[in-house]
Amino acid sequence: MNQQYYEPDIAIIGAGAAGLSAACQAAKAGADVLVIDENRLPGGQLFKQIHKFFGSYEHKAGVRGYQIGQALLEQVQQAGANIMLDTVAYGLFPNMELGIIHQGKAGTVKAKKYILAAGSKENYLALPGSTLPGVMGAGAAQTMIHINRVLPGKKIVMVGSGNVGLIVSYQLMQAGAEVVCLVEAAPQIGGYGVHASKLRRAGVPIYVGTTIQRVLGETQVTGVELVDLGPGFQPIDGTQRTLACDTVCLAVGLNPMTELAWMAGCNFTFLPALGGHVPMHDENMCTTLPDVYVAGDITGVEEASSAMEEGNLAGIAAAEALGYMTPEEAKRQKDAVWQRLQVLRSGQFGQKRQEAKQLQIDTTLAFLKGRRGGGQA
Amino acid sequence: MAQEKEDIIICRCQEVTREEILQAIAEGATTVDGVKKRTRAGMGLCQGKTCERLVAKIVSEQTGKPLAEVFPPTFRAPVRPVATTAFLEEETDGDKI
Repeated sequence: MNQQYYEPDIAIIGAGAAGLSAACQAAKAGADVLVIDENRLPGGQLFKQIHKFFGSYEHKAGVRGYQIGQALLEQVQQAGANIMLDTVAYGLFPNMELGIIHQGKAGTVKAKKYILAAGSKENYLALPGSTLPGVMGAGAAQTMIHINRVLPGKKIVMVGSGNVGLIVSYQLMQAGAEVVCLVEAAPQIGGYGVHASKLRRAGVPIYVGTTIQRVLGETQVTGVELVDLGPGFQPIDGTQRTLACDTVCLAVGLNPMTELAWMAGCNFTFLPALGGHVPMHDENMCTTLPDVYVAGDITGVEEASSAMEEGNLAGIAAAEALGYMTPEEAKRQKDAVWQRLQVLRSGQFGQKRQEAKQLQIDTTLAFLKGRRGGGQA
Repeated sequence: MAQEKEDIIICRCQEVTREEILQAIAEGATTVDGVKKRTRAGMGLCQGKTCERLVAKIVSEQTGKPLAEVFPPTFRAPVRPVATTAFLEEETDGDKI
């Protein structure tokens, strides 16, 4: 077999916020790190974030997402990690070999440790007309404007008022589109007030307690039919109205990209607050397979800053496991990361994630203890 | 879901409707894999990345199984769309074929 064959210490799948952070930590510690990503550019979602992050100074408040991405990329390169782009990971096999397609050719990676940082994918909504051209994920629209420099449409209806819906709406306006309205089934706006206020100041209505009942059009989107929702999210008859638009963006949540973890044989737990079935992992981000770590949205949907911190943890822990860092030094560094993670997972929006993440780790530790002790899993 | 009777496409890749999925469950499917084998929902180019969640929700609603117990289908390589030529070229380079 004259296939391409790679034997790094650590292979990282995904060059987004989590994967790049992991690569930086592991390579800094001296490990031979290979990061692979199916895209032609590194950075994952970071380079699509043109808004300023906020929160604490430690988490780059006031800095725009793409600038955080650029800085991170430079650090990774300085640390000496290899980034292989245009490379699809098509399978992680039980013998711990990773099948890849690099620039159209098959290859194999046999790493000592793997860090899966594949991110998440968008939830889809099925309703009459939802397969018409012009209906797309909000993330897809964001990729079109920031990466492909194409405006997906001129009159947009955004479904969902979480941070993705709010931010992408504003960015679509900056790119030159008109946002007709945002539609939110819940009785209140889902995302941060700062993002919602920017839209409201621009005169964009956000209809809460409202859903989209159908997408109108013959060969492409020409409008939507909205309806008010009563108790129990039941449509209220007689409140239907139609609005003209040429694009419908769905911002109705994300779910973890877990295929490789399932395939490898990682054990999972179900946590709705994190997006459904998520791989079990301990406080080192190690799954129930000793050579497979996870970081970022694949472990449960959060946001970029938490993804970077989880990447830091996984990178430090994997380097430590391979002997590139003393347990004392690793502990010192991991403790610092955990302190920052606690801050990110606090407050009105973070508390639920904090509880779910804690449950995820507790469940994993109990599972591993059961397995070691021969008790029931 | 007091939705109108008109049918909705759940799996876009294979054009499988909600009606067909309900039918598969009525015929005995109790899992996402069971629906997949009967209808091809999730067997297309995207390998269920779009519809798997929707199928899981329908299975849960119809069978009464909580979502926690409705697992994704079995994932097999390739988990991403891959051109067969990626594997073929490698063999023509060698002494086979």
